[in-house]
Amino acid sequence: MNRYELWIAFMTIVIREVRRFLRIWPQTIIPPVVTMALFFLIFGNVIGSRIGSMQGLPYSQFVAPGLIMLSVITNSYGNVVSSFYGSKFQRNIEELMVSPTPNFIILTGYIVGGMARGLLVGLIVSLVSLLFTDLSIFSPIIALAIILLTSMMFSVAGFLNAIYADSFDDISVIPNFVLTPLIYLGGVFYSTSLLNEFWANVSLINPILYMVNTFRFGFSGVTDIDIFWAFTMVCLFTLVLFLISLKLLSDSPRLRS
Amino acid sequence: MIKQKDLALKLRELSKLYENGFQALSGINLEVESGDFFALLGPNGAGKSTTIGIICSLIRKTSGVVKIFGHDTDIAFSNAKKMIGIVPQEFNFNQFEKPIDILVTQAGYFGITRRVALKKAREYLTLLGLWDKRDESSRTLSGGMKRRLMIARALIHSPRLLILDEPTAGVDIELRRSMWEFLQEINEAGTTIILTTHYLEEAENLCRNVAIIDHGRIVQNTSVKSLVRQLRIQTFTVDVKDKLSFVPSVSGYPIRKVDDHVIEVDVSSHQTINSLIVGLNDQSIEVLSMSHKTNRLEELFLKIIEKSESN
Repeated sequence: MNRYELWIAFMTIVIREVRRFLRIWPQTIIPPVVTMALFFLIFGNVIGSRIGSMQGLPYSQFVAPGLIMLSVITNSYGNVVSSFYGSKFQRNIEELMVSPTPNFIILTGYIVGGMARGLLVGLIVSLVSLLFTDLSIFSPIIALAIILLTSMMFSVAGFLNAIYADSFDDISVIPNFVLTPLIYLGGVFYSTSLLNEFWANVSLINPILYMVNTFRFGFSGVTDIDIFWAFTMVCLFTLVLFLISLKLLSDSPRLRS
Repeated sequence: MIKQKDLALKLRELSKLYENGFQALSGINLEVESGDFFALLGPNGAGKSTTIGIICSLIRKTSGVVKIFGHDTDIAFSNAKKMIGIVPQEFNFNQFEKPIDILVTQAGYFGITRRVALKKAREYLTLLGLWDKRDESSRTLSGGMKRRLMIARALIHSPRLLILDEPTAGVDIELRRSMWEFLQEINEAGTTIILTTHYLEEAENLCRNVAIIDHGRIVQNTSVKSLVRQLRIQTFTVDVKDKLSFVPSVSGYPIRKVDDHVIEVDVSSHQTINSLIVGLNDQSIEVLSMSHKTNRLEELFLKIIEKSESN
């Protein structure tokens, strides 16, 4: 395939993915927005007003970046894992596998589709958050860069999960039992400075802590961790997951017996 | 010997050993000429679908070479894949999408622009009687319509080689006939067609050449005509005008009475139907009609498979 044909194949996958999640918007767009609005209402306003400030910020401002990040992570991951596994389940993944579209285009197309949903939901949640708190931006470049990279990383992770999944149970195990605990314990609702030394050190092995804190830094200029290290780690994780996914797309007996 | 460039498909020593230890293919060699209408026959589990899966990159081969119009699928996979259209046995499209979207998306995977894809989609959906259904959810289509949708999808990038895995399985007779006509038309227009089928009548009516595969090996590879010529004994069912009070006897023709108006006769390849009818007429038996008791090719197919298994 020449470059123009590769571009068409790539855009075909992206457009199909975007149309898919827009077609089922009551399942893909509305629920996370409603959930986040409730989080803002309860943790930001009702309980937050009693908590006071955290890291020098009103609690509603402290929690907002974490909640936006939470919705981006879960939606990027969820989009790719459900779409790719759905294609495996219905066997329409064979449409792609018999085509000349190279594996890196297939993978990139799914990743961009996942990012599109994650970022769209993140944008809507950001707008909703403005109903409950004031969001000032300290560094738009850092905020945008980390949200794009995080969305990309979890889209690839969702792809990997979908390759390994043999049933619909398998695509909910990681989000429910790995992703959700990591997000909730990743500094979305509290600063690690509140934890004792042991748990604060344990928190440092949670990659989501770095993403949430870096994103929060983009808004408030306040962080618990080293920003440079956070970017390095996200880039490294994304690259490793991308290469593993590419290898599996080519060789995995779960796709080609 | 067919020239390399005239071969639509060339398989060399193609083998497949599944992870569970099942040897599905054991060094298959096969050549299909460009423009041919070719049948791949075999009992269930013989290796037909594995062969097709490997040709279309849905199954990884253990060893061997696959060439599509001279393009090695290991080396020039992009060019090779552009040449192939596949119609699988089971429905494998997104049942929640519209037929028009399924076709345009498939074209996109082959690098075809949306404008060109829409034009081609209209052409094929119209030819296959699905244009009126283009905007309906695919899951609402009947089984026959879904099968035709898969044929349209396989043709959207104008492949030179169309592979159909049991294309008329579960399709009613009327639709089967119309699909045969459509396939003959696109074959006459230059598309090489390979099909697997359980309906041997289908192979006999449509195909010029045939390979029979059993236990992962090609046990017969010849023209349909020469295959049929191999048939030594054919059984005919004969309807007679008057009630039979006895079992007629014609020298050299084993005859069995089925009921008062029907007999079965075994006719060897060196015998003539004329002699049989003359012999019956001599006994004042008038023949109303004759037909094959069984599909001739089916009979032969079973014999070849039995022979292969005994070897």
